[in-house]
Amino acid sequence: MSKISIKNAVKKYGDTTVIPQLNAEIKDGELFTLLGPSGCGKTTLLRMIAGFNSIEGGDILFNDTRINDMDPSKRNIGMVFQNYAIFPNLSVRDNVAFGLKNRKVEKDTVKAETDKYLNLMQIMQYANRMPNQLSGGQQQRIALARALVISPDVLLMDEPLSNLDAKLRLEMRSVIRHTQKNVGITTVYVTHDQEEAMAISDTIAVMKDGVIQHIGTPRDIYQRPCNVFVATFIGRTNIIEAKAADGTIAFKDGYQVELPGLKKAENQEVLCSIRPEEFVICKDHEMGIKGTVKEFTYLGLNTHYSIELEDGDTVEIVEESSIKEELQPRQKVMLQVKKEKINVFNKQGDTNLIRSGLYEEQ
Amino acid sequence: MKNNNKFRMDVWGFITLATIALYLLFMIYPMAYLIKQSVIDSETGAITMANFAKFVSKSYYFDTLSNSFKVSIAATLLSLAIGTPLAYLFSVFKIKGKSLLNILIIVASMSAPFIGAYSWILLLGRSGVVTKFFKGIGIIIPPIYGFTGIVLVMTLQLFPLVFLYAKGALKNIDNSLIEASENLGCSGIRCFFKVVVPLITPTLLAAGLLVFMRSFADFGTPMLIGEGYRTFPVVLYTEFINEVSGNDGFAAAIAVIAIAVTTVVFLAQKYVSNKKSFSLNALHPMEEKKAPKGISWIIHLFSYLIVGIAVLPQCYVIYTSFKKTEGKVFTSGYSLKSYVTAFGKLGKSIQNTIIIPVLALIVIVILAVVIAYLVVRRRNTLTNAVDILSMIPYIVPGTVLGIALLNGFNKKPLLISGTMLIMVIALIIRRLPYTIRSSVAILQQIPMSIEEAAISLGASKMKAFFRITVPMMSAGILSGAILSWVTMISELSTAIILYTGKTKTLTVAVYTEVVRGNYGTAAALSTILTALTVISLLVFNTFNKGKELSL
Repeated sequence: MSKISIKNAVKKYGDTTVIPQLNAEIKDGELFTLLGPSGCGKTTLLRMIAGFNSIEGGDILFNDTRINDMDPSKRNIGMVFQNYAIFPNLSVRDNVAFGLKNRKVEKDTVKAETDKYLNLMQIMQYANRMPNQLSGGQQQRIALARALVISPDVLLMDEPLSNLDAKLRLEMRSVIRHTQKNVGITTVYVTHDQEEAMAISDTIAVMKDGVIQHIGTPRDIYQRPCNVFVATFIGRTNIIEAKAADGTIAFKDGYQVELPGLKKAENQEVLCSIRPEEFVICKDHEMGIKGTVKEFTYLGLNTHYSIELEDGDTVEIVEESSIKEELQPRQKVMLQVKKEKINVFNKQGDTNLIRSGLYEEQ
Repeated sequence: MKNNNKFRMDVWGFITLATIALYLLFMIYPMAYLIKQSVIDSETGAITMANFAKFVSKSYYFDTLSNSFKVSIAATLLSLAIGTPLAYLFSVFKIKGKSLLNILIIVASMSAPFIGAYSWILLLGRSGVVTKFFKGIGIIIPPIYGFTGIVLVMTLQLFPLVFLYAKGALKNIDNSLIEASENLGCSGIRCFFKVVVPLITPTLLAAGLLVFMRSFADFGTPMLIGEGYRTFPVVLYTEFINEVSGNDGFAAAIAVIAIAVTTVVFLAQKYVSNKKSFSLNALHPMEEKKAPKGISWIIHLFSYLIVGIAVLPQCYVIYTSFKKTEGKVFTSGYSLKSYVTAFGKLGKSIQNTIIIPVLALIVIVILAVVIAYLVVRRRNTLTNAVDILSMIPYIVPGTVLGIALLNGFNKKPLLISGTMLIMVIALIIRRLPYTIRSSVAILQQIPMSIEEAAISLGASKMKAFFRITVPMMSAGILSGAILSWVTMISELSTAIILYTGKTKTLTVAVYTEVVRGNYGTAAALSTILTALTVISLLVFNTFNKGKELSL
């Protein structure tokens, strides 16, 4: 078991820098997810930890051991690959036992440990089959058993669920989560699927262009994203321009909301991130942003509205479906916001003004 | 693995350097020596262009170049014209006896080309069986000798290459592309020309290049059936063998010109095919359908006719091998006398035909696996050099390589000409690029993550490669090796230059027996050769169960 410290890590391909000066601290026993759009450098970083990519600057440490130049086979890492990388020429049992045999473990121990993980992953009944006779989900279980049986210090998983169908993905997600908690192993998990990241992680690092934008718990990155990119990448949100002055936000058509968290901030133009569920639709003459219903989609639990504001922008709103008729197109409405939930960013979108104030104090 | 891109002096680094050294010694040195011979006057030692001037100025020599181009282009176009539609018919229609036809086509392509030439002479030559038969009923068949004969033999020999290439490419066309085309109102023959052919054009270009190279370098066919129609390899061979004129420099100059021509053609093909390259991947390959009633018989007739003509020479040679001979002429009745002579006089050549290719094959497989690994998994400047070096034999005609090796290694301390070693080396150099290509293709399909998985589980890189990757490659390598073996036992153009009495192979024996007029013995020997080929292909089929042959 170990914690992983990444200090000023740099990755370059020739003259192109893919990852400039990256820092992160991964706690012992946690499931740490690297989340980001494709090409953001998350897999590159994972492979740097695994030792399959060279490191052009900075250090990566397991506990206090610097592993930059350590051979991948010596790092004691369990890795699960996107395509599982099951050895097609070996039986299921031999696949799982492969790592132990390389470690010159005694025969009896090899058998005992292999059995333990075959049972844990519920693939004991396929032990003597060849991998090509097994389904994607079962291959995934082999890959996980094979990675865990060597009692690695660190488990690395590179988009392990992306080749599975939707139903299996849900099932394997909880298998991975439970196994990781049971074994208590430090895990770095790469995915581009934010829902998956939310469901599985202790900590999420949202990456873009080789830079970590935000490290935090799933709740933290959803509720108080560090910048507009994180706010828009995680979940859905509406970005609306406004002005902030003396702890109050003023929207274009005059609607004002008081936000205690903004007190310390300077008066400035801001971007408000309001998630679809953070609007409240009011029908009659109350305070609010004026809008007109354009269309609605009834989805059972929720109803989605698309509402056009006076300046021509369209916002998305989600409300729990009511037993009454929905709002009809062309109906005029007033939109209020759940002020404790919304986020306010500076004009550049790189700083969350609310985070810097009230939130940090909590 | 990105951190492998720098050259390091580890085991693989050593192997890289050793491979380069071998190539330098056995390929670059003799070729350089050949070039030197071509431009240096053997008496004065001065640099001279006289040899090249002689070739260009005398139409006796220069015409052979255009002759070679004419036959090669004609054979290439005809091979494409026959091989492509045949492959298409085989891919989309159910044809009775298709698997047998498949094997026959391969057998036709795997035989030594000059055996075809010799057999067509027996059939359509001046006193050929067919010629005589038609003469009897008053029809004069146009003569087979010269341009027509060479193109006929080469086409029948080489269209199977196009067929096999095209069939492989057709398998990668998704059925939905055809359905889309039909949906848009383009079907049948229009669909073939508008959709299918453009889709497989890159493959057809590659196949065309191969056919062109083979026919351009083919020595046996024009030698036997060309008569007055002299092509480039023929003049190269005769100038080299001709000890009276004894001008090594002139033969060397012709060899250099040959390499220049093939290089230009090679580069031109590369240029065109790079512009046209795209990748196809079929989720649902085309399915074989029953042919419509009306045209079913045409399809069957066409398929059987083509395949029948292609294997006719083989069959006729086998037939004559059992005929009674009186001295050098066939008489009526049957006997095994030809075989007795063949085994008695030339038993040694049968042995050689097995030993030399086996030795070469072992080295080829080992080198190919190692080089494929270097090229795919360890890209750096030096491994790129290995890659490029290994491709040079593609463009060097066999006769040229033979001459280069013989000239380069006939003096001490590098005296190996006349030994079995030099024949083994020649086969290795000639066949290695094909095996490397196929190994590289196989290795590229094995995801890197499989090896990484092994490494992350504690295996060393070497162990990961030999324990995981090589076993995964083995099926592909084995089938590639059997194909290499088949082409090696029927190799003539290099062997004809390098052989001595002790190292004579079957193909050389057949050739010399044909030249001497011992048709019976020649027929028996080529039947043995065909039998060896068929057995090898059957072995290939059992190893390659279910999968079809692809080149």
